[in-house]
Order: sequence, then structure tokens, then C-alpha cells
Amino acid sequence: MEAGALKNPVLRARRNRADRIGDPLLRGLSGLAAAIVVLVIVGIVYEVVDLSSPAISKFGVGFVTTNDWNPVTETFGAAPFLYGTVVTSAIALLFAAPLSIAISIYLTELAPPRLRRPVATLVDMLAAIPTVILGLWGILVLGPFMHDTIEPALRSVLGFLPIFSGDPSAFGYLTAALILTIMVTPIITSVTREVFETVPGDLKEGSYALGATRWEMIRQVVLPYSRAGIVGATILGLGRAIGEAIAVAQVIGGATGIDVSLFHTGGTLAAQIASQFQGAPGELFKSSLAYLGLILLVFAVLVNVVARVIVQRGSLKDVDVTPTEAEAL
Amino acid sequence: MNAPEGHSLLLDRGNLKRRRRVSATVGGASTVAALLAVGVLVVVVGSVLLKGLGALSLHFLTTPTALFGESGGGISNAIVGSGIMVGLAALMAIPVGLLVAIYTTEFASPRTAHPIRFVLDVLNGVPTIITGIFVYGLLVAGKHQSGFAASVALAIVMLPIVARTAQEVLSLVPATLKEAAHALGIAPWRATVRVTLPTAAGGLLTGALLAVARVAGETAPLILLSSIFAPGVLTEPGEALASIPIFIFQASESPSPEAHTQAWAAALILIAFVLLLNIVARAFYARSRKRMGA
Repeated sequence: MEAGALKNPVLRARRNRADRIGDPLLRGLSGLAAAIVVLVIVGIVYEVVDLSSPAISKFGVGFVTTNDWNPVTETFGAAPFLYGTVVTSAIALLFAAPLSIAISIYLTELAPPRLRRPVATLVDMLAAIPTVILGLWGILVLGPFMHDTIEPALRSVLGFLPIFSGDPSAFGYLTAALILTIMVTPIITSVTREVFETVPGDLKEGSYALGATRWEMIRQVVLPYSRAGIVGATILGLGRAIGEAIAVAQVIGGATGIDVSLFHTGGTLAAQIASQFQGAPGELFKSSLAYLGLILLVFAVLVNVVARVIVQRGSLKDVDVTPTEAEAL
Repeated sequence: MNAPEGHSLLLDRGNLKRRRRVSATVGGASTVAALLAVGVLVVVVGSVLLKGLGALSLHFLTTPTALFGESGGGISNAIVGSGIMVGLAALMAIPVGLLVAIYTTEFASPRTAHPIRFVLDVLNGVPTIITGIFVYGLLVAGKHQSGFAASVALAIVMLPIVARTAQEVLSLVPATLKEAAHALGIAPWRATVRVTLPTAAGGLLTGALLAVARVAGETAPLILLSSIFAPGVLTEPGEALASIPIFIFQASESPSPEAHTQAWAAALILIAFVLLLNIVARAFYARSRKRMGA
């Protein structure tokens, strides 16, 4: 039918005209779209710096180490939130990284083939749960459980350590860290699992042929081969953990100081912005929140770039670490 | 790989029983880890089902949120608001994301395609609360909150997801198909629009659906951009609109047990929508891969 149409000179001329416009049009439009992406990232940096400039000129770099957040005297500092961000993310990774490696080992080496896909899909589904729902669950289910069971138990066994001292509380660093663990584990798992799958079969078989048990094979072949991927995946998880605002804001309690006890309430950079920005009293307050955002942005971009460089240097270019949602489909 | 260690394996160390036990223990621990992950999913989704199902009713779905201090009320305004904002975001992000993918896979040289991919990755790593601050500075500061501002932020969150998935799917389209099209003398843009895109349609749809599922539950930017709204069902994107995530967030922060029950019910609606979209997206992707012989 198309070929028949071409015989008609009128249609043919029209078509050529369409082609003369169509090619540069598609090229131009798609190039414009690519330019938009670059503009957005530049715009984000510009806008965040612009909004925080009053706070930058007032507090300077000292903002980062100032351990105070006082709207009355208008002294603001990032230290309490940096502390909260570091502590909650570190604990989350401490749990999530080994857990993700173990899950990936199960999915690639142990699970019966029929179970692999369904279990992998279920783990991925965990990443699809909206964080505001995880936060709701954290407030109403996990929080009370922490207060009544976990924290009293931790205190009675390890209470001599300052981090496990003080009264149990439903909200605080530890509850936030556990919610982050739940968020981050499926993200790390989806990358480590993919990396484990790229380990050449002959290396594994060679190891077995030398008499290695399954664990020895994993320790001496799979893990060393995947080292870069594991580190990269963990750092990607870190990027996600430090940037989570909502679920953390819901369960960390919103305190504006540093508390050594993990049971107690605190704040993180992202959570502080999420909970205070809307009702911020005064320009300097809002600008200081944007300054927190600037610190967070620097960290997030740095973490992501480092993760990608590590994964790619590990000669795993074909392992794609980006759209977590689309992986493992 | 550690050569000396591997070499020592050749020698029988004579404690095979212990080695087997260690191996079995690690295997057991990995199985427990996988069970734990699935268990957490079951517990979270189970809690939402168990506590949300009771409060779910037609009344809840078709009534706007009650005024402060009044009881009853539902989430019809939040459903409409979420629909408008997510819909607008999809209208902005899906065409742009698709075009970016077309640019990097069809037009750009590797030297320009690589940095664009990198920028998309960086954009994907920007915390959504920062995206919220950006759009606040751009569209809200000095003016007022709006559903449109929120949908711009959601579109920015969607963009890298759509674009990266589309890049991947487009690069899976067999080169022979495109070559056949070119050999027939079809203009390049027609080959892209009539051959490449239809072949990849299933996978492209997957990316779009996953991106919608992702932003349907996005809360952080909405707090800054569309969280203070008038009562009743609003449909004007120039005004701040209600949304399901904001409803859950605000109800979860409330001390009242009735608000909590409503939060669970709204969470049930949201989680059902998100998980359903994920499952549909996976089905499309599987079909599309089969079609492209990948």
C-alpha cells in the first residue's frame, strides 16, 4: 500500500516535504529534550544556592559545624542534622549491606530455579512501597514495637554503652535507621544480584572442581569478582538513605540537637527540610533550611558519582545501576 | 582472586566436616535473609490491608476530607488532586524522556551520549526534597503553592526513570530492523517513528508506568509545593491541590486514632495502585522482550 502511494506524484511530493521537515524536526526536538535535562540539573544547583545565599553570607562555612538550631536567637547550624544523617545512614548500611549480599547469594546460588524470579520480584516490590507508607507503618507499628520490646532488650544487654542508654522511645535515630534499612535493602540487592550473575560459570566450576564447598566458592570467587559492584551498590544505597526525607521525618522525632543515645529523637538534613520548610518563620530560617539542602545536594551528587565510577571501573559496564525500578524485570 | 588461597584448596586440610558445616550455616543465613526481606514486605502490606480495609468504604472514596475538628470525611479530593498532578507530570516527563532517549540512541555520538546518560544518573540521584526546593524557588517563592508546581517537580523525578528505561529498551531494538527500514529508502525520522518506536512500545510503556508508580507515592516535594489547600474537590492546577501522599502524611502525624485509621485506608488505596502498576509494567516488559527476541 505504501509503495502504491508512492506512485502517485502528489502524495510523493507531499511525503518528501514531510521528510525534509521530519528529519531535522525529530533531531532538533530530541536535542532540545537532552538540553532540558542539562538545564534542569544546572537550575537545581543555581536555585538551591540562590535560596541559601542569605544563610551562607550570614553563617559562612562555620554553619556546617555549628551545633545549634535556635529560631529565637536566629542561630542556625547543620551539625545536629549532619550527625543524624550520618548515624542513621551508617546504621542502615550496616544492616542493609550484609543483608543484601546474603539475599543475592540466596537468589543466585541457593534458591531453587523456580523460586528465583518470584522471590526477586517480591524483594523488588519492597522498593516500590511509597516511603510515606513506610513512615506511617514506622509510626504506628514499628515505633511502639521498638519502644516496648527492642530498645528495653538492647538496654538490658548493652546498656553500659552510651549509645544504648537512656529511656526507650518510639521515635529516634534507631527507628529511622531501621526504616531506612527496609528502603535501601532492595536497592542494594537489585545491583549486587545482577553483579553476582555476571560471575563467569567456569570460574565457579573451577573452584568446585578444586574441592571448594559452596561457601568457599562464594568467598573465593563470587565475592572477590564482585567487589567493585558490591561497594558501588552500597554507596548507591547510601545516596538513597541520606536523601530520604519523608519516612525519616515521620519517625525520627524532629529534635534539633545531638543525642548520643540511639533511642532518642534527632533530625537529619532531609527530614529537617521536609518538616520545617513549609511553616518556616522568617527568611533566614528558610534560607538556612535551603543551606541544609545545599549540603545534602553536594553529598548526594558526590555519592552517586563515586558509586558509578567504582562500578564502572570494576569493568562491569554492562551492569546497569540506574533505574532501580526497571531492573530485574 | 587470591592465588595462594586458591592453591591451598588443593591440599586436603582434613576438616571437611567443619567446612561443610560452615557452608551450610552461611547457606542457612542467606535463606533467612531472603525470608526476612519477603517477611517485611508481607508485614508492611499486611498491616496496611488489615488496618485499612475496615475504614474503606464508598463513602470514604467519594467524600472530600472533613474540615478540621469534624469527623468523617474521605479522600475524594485527594484522589482527584493526585490524578491531576501525576497526570500533568506524566504529560511533561514522558514525551521529554522519550525524546532524550531517542537523541542518545539515534542521533548523538558516543561522546555526547555518555555525558547525557551521566547527567540523567545524577538527576536520578538528586533527593526529591531538593527537587522540591528547586521548584519552590522557581515557581512558588513570592507567589503561592500550586498543583502545577507540584507536577513540575514530579515530572523532574519521573524524567530520568523514563529516559533511562527508554534508552535501554531502544538499544535492544534489533539493528537489522532499522537497517531493513533504511534499505527500503525510508527517511530516518520515519524509520524511528514507524519501526523503532513500535517495536519497543511494550518496553517504553513499562518505563512510563514505573515512573508513574514511583511518583504516585512521592511526598517530599508536595509538602513544599502543594500542601495547604482549600476544602472540597479542587481541579484547578493553578491552586494548591490535595493528594493521597499528603493526606497520609498529615494523618500519620495527627494524634487522633480516627485519623490513623483514615491514613491506613488511604495507604491501602495508594499501595494497591502502585503495586498493580508495577505488576502490569512487568507483564508488558516480558512481552516486549519476547517480541524483540531478547
